[in-house]
Amino acid sequence: MATPGEQTVKDAHVGKKKKPPARYWQDDVEQTEQGLQHRGEKPQGKRKRKHEEHHTNEKNFISGKLDPFPGPAPVPEDRVQKFKRKEKTKKPPREHYKLRDIIIRSEEASEMAQKQAARFDLLLPEDAGFLEGDEDEDTCTISQEDIADAVDITSGAKYFNLKLSQFGPYRVDYSKTGRHLLLGGRRGHVACIDWQSKQLMCEINVMESVNDVKWLHSETMYAVAQKKWLYIYDSNGIELHCIRKFNDVLRMQFLPYHFLLATASATSFLQYLDVSVGKEVAAICTKTGRLDVMCQNPHNAIIHLGHPNGTVTLWSPNQKEALVKMLCHQGGVRSVTVDRTGIYMVTSGMDKKLKVYDIRAFKPLKSYFLPAGASSLSLSQRGLLSAATGDIVQVYRDVWSTPVTKPYMAHRVQGTVWGLHFCPFEDVLGVGHGEGFSSMLVPGAGEPNFDGLDANPYRSAKQRQEWEVKALLEKIQPELISLDPSELGQVDHATFQQRHQDRVQALGFDPLAEEKFVPKYKKKGRSSAGGVERRKRQVAHEDQRDVIRETVEDKMKVEKERKEKEKKKAALSGQTSALDRFKR
Amino acid sequence: MKVKVLSRNPDDYVRETKLDIQRVPRNYDPTLHPFEVTREYTRALNATKLERVFAKPFLASLDGHRDGVNCMAKHTKSLSTLLSGSCDGEVKVWNLTKRECVRTLQAHEGFVRGMVVRYCGTSFFTVGDDKTIKQWKMEAPGYGEEEEPLNTILGKTVFTGLDHHQKDGVFATCGQQVDIWDEQRSSPIRSFTWGVDSFSSVRFNPVETELLGSCASDRSIVLYDMRESTPLKKVIMTMRSNTLCWNPMEAYYFTCANEDYNLYTYDMRYLDRPVTVHMDHVSAVLDVDYSPTGKEFVSASFDKTIRIFHKDRGHSREVYHTKRMQHVICIKWSSDNKYILSGSDEMNIRLWKANAAEKLGVLAPREREAANYSQKLKEKFQHHPQIRRIAHHRHLPKSIFQQTKELRIMKEARSRKERNVRKHSKPGTVPVVSEKKKHVVTVVQ
Repeated sequence: MATPGEQTVKDAHVGKKKKPPARYWQDDVEQTEQGLQHRGEKPQGKRKRKHEEHHTNEKNFISGKLDPFPGPAPVPEDRVQKFKRKEKTKKPPREHYKLRDIIIRSEEASEMAQKQAARFDLLLPEDAGFLEGDEDEDTCTISQEDIADAVDITSGAKYFNLKLSQFGPYRVDYSKTGRHLLLGGRRGHVACIDWQSKQLMCEINVMESVNDVKWLHSETMYAVAQKKWLYIYDSNGIELHCIRKFNDVLRMQFLPYHFLLATASATSFLQYLDVSVGKEVAAICTKTGRLDVMCQNPHNAIIHLGHPNGTVTLWSPNQKEALVKMLCHQGGVRSVTVDRTGIYMVTSGMDKKLKVYDIRAFKPLKSYFLPAGASSLSLSQRGLLSAATGDIVQVYRDVWSTPVTKPYMAHRVQGTVWGLHFCPFEDVLGVGHGEGFSSMLVPGAGEPNFDGLDANPYRSAKQRQEWEVKALLEKIQPELISLDPSELGQVDHATFQQRHQDRVQALGFDPLAEEKFVPKYKKKGRSSAGGVERRKRQVAHEDQRDVIRETVEDKMKVEKERKEKEKKKAALSGQTSALDRFKR
Repeated sequence: MKVKVLSRNPDDYVRETKLDIQRVPRNYDPTLHPFEVTREYTRALNATKLERVFAKPFLASLDGHRDGVNCMAKHTKSLSTLLSGSCDGEVKVWNLTKRECVRTLQAHEGFVRGMVVRYCGTSFFTVGDDKTIKQWKMEAPGYGEEEEPLNTILGKTVFTGLDHHQKDGVFATCGQQVDIWDEQRSSPIRSFTWGVDSFSSVRFNPVETELLGSCASDRSIVLYDMRESTPLKKVIMTMRSNTLCWNPMEAYYFTCANEDYNLYTYDMRYLDRPVTVHMDHVSAVLDVDYSPTGKEFVSASFDKTIRIFHKDRGHSREVYHTKRMQHVICIKWSSDNKYILSGSDEMNIRLWKANAAEKLGVLAPREREAANYSQKLKEKFQHHPQIRRIAHHRHLPKSIFQQTKELRIMKEARSRKERNVRKHSKPGTVPVVSEKKKHVVTVVQ
């Protein structure tokens, strides 16, 4: 992680002309020149504050020495960029000095926070994994056994196979911290395992077909979509709930920050269950047939569904219609996955294509042809894509930036692949297949540095309880799910007209509409038709009269000026011809 | 083949012994923290709700006076001492930490009108309806000694207010005129009059210490410079001001409590229009006091409520009331910026928190950090409709709620009428007068 920053620091300041005086400690002037320039350059062209200026000026010590590294240490530009939330706001004009001051201050604060975060980034303890082949050696030819032999014992133990041929094929899910593994066999076998210590937490057979399994917010509870209903079990295998409102569920997704369990059923219903209070939040009939392709966008909690007609639809619990419908494939969609930044969506279809979309702009980026087609896809935290074709699992790198020709890794398992899942914060890919479960080593898949307050793989029971309380307190309401998650922090630019329209629609009448003037009925013949009309005319366009008067006056003035100018021009031009006397 | 697989040493992430605190490694990468805006919003909403839950401002009631509390004085040197004078001429000294009366003395016959502690904190002055100014020792008399004033001055007329200079042995009284006294003499060194009137309060400027302001019963506020023989200038308003208070941080600004239910903050250089009009009370405002930071002030009103205003906002941020509190006569903001003291008609002095939801006592560093964080969040999301609704909601007694509504209707009716008059008269004859200008009659130099 520490290497990529250095290059840009040097590049960014090549343009400077000023040459610093030679120093005695400099053997090679060329080398240190740029670093020094960088430091000296800082205060220029910026709003100077007194203390800041004082800071960067080269201090003279009593001994006469000069500080060779004055000012704060530089922070690599790309690292600062990583923590940038938004572009700088345009400063309002000077007359709005209060607003201006607020904006300047908040921007200074955010800049400082950015820099501090970037500096802290240098201190992160772990580096990501990697796999490099020798010359003329493809990384995809390296077998799992070779990798497991080459790495240390604890990592080597992460490559293992579970032979469970009786109740397969298996669906797989890792908990949010990556410590716990949940297996659900098609023929009713459900097991949860602390997979790093290989301790079995529970193992049950539900005596029914199992469609999907999913961990809830922590490793104490999980949901199992069985033949008819949806069930919740705890980590000892005790059935906690049978939820009859959710029937024929095929696929599930858990939205951890909203505490919502989204389910897609064979009856084409997309349902949301709030697991913190046990209430159904929304039930949407998608009217698109059997729903067996589903994924979530971890960036904005939108659910993506794939359909047999080749479309991918995007759903939020707040709307009965799909937010977006995209035609992605010629045949049916077999699998969908979205990366964690919420920028890229990868789909595979019956037309044996693998496509990458930018879902901010809803545009295709790359399209690949896989001879066998991919049955299931999964993206890792660092952007590795795993695709299962039959009984072969292939892992690709950088599918969205560069055209990929060869897979990064490949591995053959015993049976047909049924479920794929990358383990968070580990270089491990879990593969559930017909003959059981295999855990693969995929170097460079997992995020090396976790955040202890968000998902800590090493947390104790006490810490987990603490975290659970905190997480429940800041549970995001389902109404706040939208395509742009930062919308809440932006200024509401909806026009007055738009808001007014909404209000009219909600109220059923226009609250700002002016009452029509109805003249009073007067007796003794004063309410003749003509009289009534005259009285109406007295108040007609009352609100516009001032404006009309002003515009008329302005027009008259302009006309007058124009005439005077013409007259003057004529007088100046002099030359009166004999025929002018006939001019009027 | 070169390969590296993530392999963490658990010892780096788990505490060594049970006596340690847990390790919490952090990574601030934004992609690891999705929904940051919505989560912050939820936190802000929770913080706002909790603030309303914990808003319990009333701390204690000090009873012991046998008549309404007419005036109070803060001790200049000791935070825990408060002096109060009542309508039967009794003065009590209170210990606020113990919430008990430590000394009682019969100072005057009739009302104690004004009271002030000398800047050194060793003695205090009182004025009363019996036309006397008395100086008292701060310490209680020893055993067997009689309670006697250090010094007594008999004046010609009744005194209604009193204030002491910040650094010199000089004090000012008001009554039929404003007098400046030297502590060593028994006659005023200077007296100011401007027209025939009587004054209700006089205050020294705490920054520009030679300046004074006073409220007169002819609806004017008069400013003086002690070094000159004549008053500086005065502003006449539509209604009488009861008291004024100088901003302790910004020397030019003062706020006056008016009979027309409003408070007015003036810049003394530009008296022709107030800087801000503070509205919300539904009856005459009787007293006002600034916080030592100069950012906020508190006002006491005849409508049985106390309100806290930000110095440049038109409406109050907080209203305090209890069932038993009657007309609030005097109010003080404590010098540590944490408490408010109110003295009211029904013989009680009440102690309030200045910040209703604040936790008292020493905060642990983490507690303070959490409080600061939620404060910042509340500020950040304060304009969101849901949060604003919760933060602004205050329960009011029914009578005050009704009166507020009534006043609003009256005000609307008045403005509607004015609009109609303007519509039906010759253009330009009925100009639009701003709310700030409306209440100022003239400025006399």
